Amino acid sequence: MTPADRPFLPRGVRLHHDRVRGVPVLLGPETALILDQVGQAVLGEVDGTRDIATISAALAERYAAPVEMIEADVIEFLDDMAARRLVEAT
Amino acid sequence: MTVVHPTPIPVQPVRPRPEPPLAMLAELTHRCPLACPYCSNPLELTRREGELTTEQWAEVFRQAADLGVLQLHLSGGEPASRPDLVQIVAAARQAGLYTNLITSGIGLTGRRLDELDAAGLDHVQLSVQGVNAGIADHVGGYKGGFDRKMMVAAEIARIGFPLTINAVMHRHNLGDLAATIALAHQLGARRIEIACVQFQGWALRNRAALQPTREQVEEAKRTVAQARVDYAGRLAIDFVPPDYFADFPKACMNGWGSTGLNIAPDGKVLPCHAAEIIPGLQFQNVLTTPLAEIWNGGPAFNAFRGTDWMPELCQACDRRDIDYGGCRCQAMAIAGDARATDPVCRRSPHRAALDALIAAETSVAPPPFEYRRMPR
Repeated sequence: MTPADRPFLPRGVRLHHDRVRGVPVLLGPETALILDQVGQAVLGEVDGTRDIATISAALAERYAAPVEMIEADVIEFLDDMAARRLVEAT
Repeated sequence: MTVVHPTPIPVQPVRPRPEPPLAMLAELTHRCPLACPYCSNPLELTRREGELTTEQWAEVFRQAADLGVLQLHLSGGEPASRPDLVQIVAAARQAGLYTNLITSGIGLTGRRLDELDAAGLDHVQLSVQGVNAGIADHVGGYKGGFDRKMMVAAEIARIGFPLTINAVMHRHNLGDLAATIALAHQLGARRIEIACVQFQGWALRNRAALQPTREQVEEAKRTVAQARVDYAGRLAIDFVPPDYFADFPKACMNGWGSTGLNIAPDGKVLPCHAAEIIPGLQFQNVLTTPLAEIWNGGPAFNAFRGTDWMPELCQACDRRDIDYGGCRCQAMAIAGDARATDPVCRRSPHRAALDALIAAETSVAPPPFEYRRMPR
């Protein structure tokens, strides 16, 4: 993915709060991923309208971290999700 | 009079409470229009009269969600053979479960799929028995099935359900593997699960008819490796190679009683779908015992949980926590002992017998199928 891509969760993939384990999970076909802090933060911003650059800027501000570093993390995470077909982008 | 001396009850070791299950397979019915000889259902099929009602399934789903289940697989038999499938899906979603329908497509129509969509169905897994009507209808034992399935696939695509194609591969269709992958892509699937037949249930009875040759298995591995490159980013490919040809066993159920459970059509709760072939296991029914109690301490679930039950060979093995001793049902079927090391393992004393069995079955023409049928 590139900074200009606008990621979204495709149909059949959704965030879910696991009330038994008390953690956020990403549910998809044959998949139940317990999200770590990075995953939770990134997917919480994914809305299908904002691009990766915008999302990274928002996260960089919230976590007071350099935007280049955040953007690299975001792209790495989303690339991994996309390879599993859990995230798509326009 | 006879004095009965009760057998002393063995002292049970104190066990920690198991982690909650992630996935549950609900076999809604054993009825199915198809008669695939590799069906994983048990040889003794449950009749319609014995099936749980809609409300009973809804209660099972609520209990499952409370226990920690996230993913629900609605299977069978053919789940669409239940007239109340839409209500069942609605109940599953109401319980908060991610709901996957595993179907042959037979019994589904565009209208029924629209209703399932409205009920909140998350995902569809459609089986294919072959890449054309000739082979597919022969394997499924159901004339016209392939054409019906193609129409259902078009309706699934129209609605936009995420789709996984599920293809069981064996001696009669492994040569079509590349075409099967192409078909999945053409039907709009995001994923294909290529499962080489696992010999449980009816498949075990039909093993000689289904057993692939070693050459077919090697060719299949190459085909999958190439397809993963060709379809990268477009189609995710899951491949379950045949464990008979592997050096180490599959980590069956990812560890007995560790991750998933299975509910039979009559409410019987099983640690895996084939577990009924193991003599002496005591299965409980969700109609009479709460699901949490069955999962947390039921005798069938505790029978092979953890590593204490393992033979010494597995206890001392560096792969103990990788494959958990392999498949209990397979140990039962081949070694005649559910507590034995899975005979697939190169370290098992039964491996030579398994190799001889493969050689014998693949050196002759396959016998005809014995189709899966309900008793009349």
